[in-house]
Amino acid sequence: MSQSPATPLAPTAVGTAVQVPVVPLLQLGSWVVFFGLLAMLAIFFVSADQGAISLPAGNAVHEWVHDARHLLGYPCH
Amino acid sequence: MSNLPGDSPAPSPTPSPTLSPAAFLIRGLAVGVVAGLIAFVVAFAFGEPQVDDAIALEEAAAAQLSPAEVAAEEAAAAEEDHAGMVEVSRDDQKSWGLLTGMLAVGAALGGLASLAAAAALGRLGRLSARGSTALVVLIGFVAVALVPFAKYPATPPAVGSGDTIGGRTAAYFGLLLVSVLAAIAVVVLANRLAARFDGWTAAFLAAGAYLVIVTVTALLLPTVNELGDFPADTLWYFRRASLITLAVLWAAIGVGLTALVGRMTDQASAETARRELAASL
Repeated sequence: MSQSPATPLAPTAVGTAVQVPVVPLLQLGSWVVFFGLLAMLAIFFVSADQGAISLPAGNAVHEWVHDARHLLGYPCH
Repeated sequence: MSNLPGDSPAPSPTPSPTLSPAAFLIRGLAVGVVAGLIAFVVAFAFGEPQVDDAIALEEAAAAQLSPAEVAAEEAAAAEEDHAGMVEVSRDDQKSWGLLTGMLAVGAALGGLASLAAAAALGRLGRLSARGSTALVVLIGFVAVALVPFAKYPATPPAVGSGDTIGGRTAAYFGLLLVSVLAAIAVVVLANRLAARFDGWTAAFLAAGAYLVIVTVTALLLPTVNELGDFPADTLWYFRRASLITLAVLWAAIGVGLTALVGRMTDQASAETARRELAASL
């Protein structure tokens, strides 16, 4: 993600090809941080909670998503 | 959307339209939920019979323990903190529980894939919006699902010791992290190389660099083998079902996101063309 925002488009032959739209990287950055954290939280609860780490204590989350954890290939018990 | 002065590139005769990240994310979440639903149906049909077989084996093995072993297990269980301990029925686990997990992971991966597609749009050589989106999701499948699976394949219930879950979890997510970071790095590398070589050469060099990185990482990480005498055929059926589930989840995200991003960029391009025409009059 360290590309320079000064060159958002690969050079295309102007007039011959349709220009592909771009998303400014500065705008995208905050969305990546915001949704990245949210997505990691969701994946954590399905993939690892109440296995190696428990938040909260117990086994309710683990038991409920048990089959999804196995079938999506995450380490279970 | 490029009304910030620092955002817009140098004025060119045909300014490229810009799209908002939120427009991508909303599409990614929608596609992810649908993909999770499809993956649930596939996992239920192909995976659950294998999970049931494995649990039956687990219970048969538990029934053969000697009374002393049973007493030791119960003593160990009694020592654990029983706060929040519940029993979920198999019927709930294989229906609503499985659905919950698939929808949550589908939405998370769909959303992440859409933001990655947004970053790649218009920046991967001369690939069209559809081409770059499809490529991003394909790379996501390889980096997030396929490579970790190759080193640490899915294991059915009854395989795996509770004592080693900490190390196995750390190794799995360590490999996943390296794989994702390496995939991002080689895409940036391929973009740089494309300036010097042709696109195909750059892509092959980058793919080779990725394979070297993940192979070396996988060799350095510990091997897990806790199979014992688990039957090979049930193991293979389970792993095949798991891989099919992952492939279907990612394929659904790829097809859906490519279609929606393609349509959105078509509309943005048409809008820009209309504005240019209006401005030229």
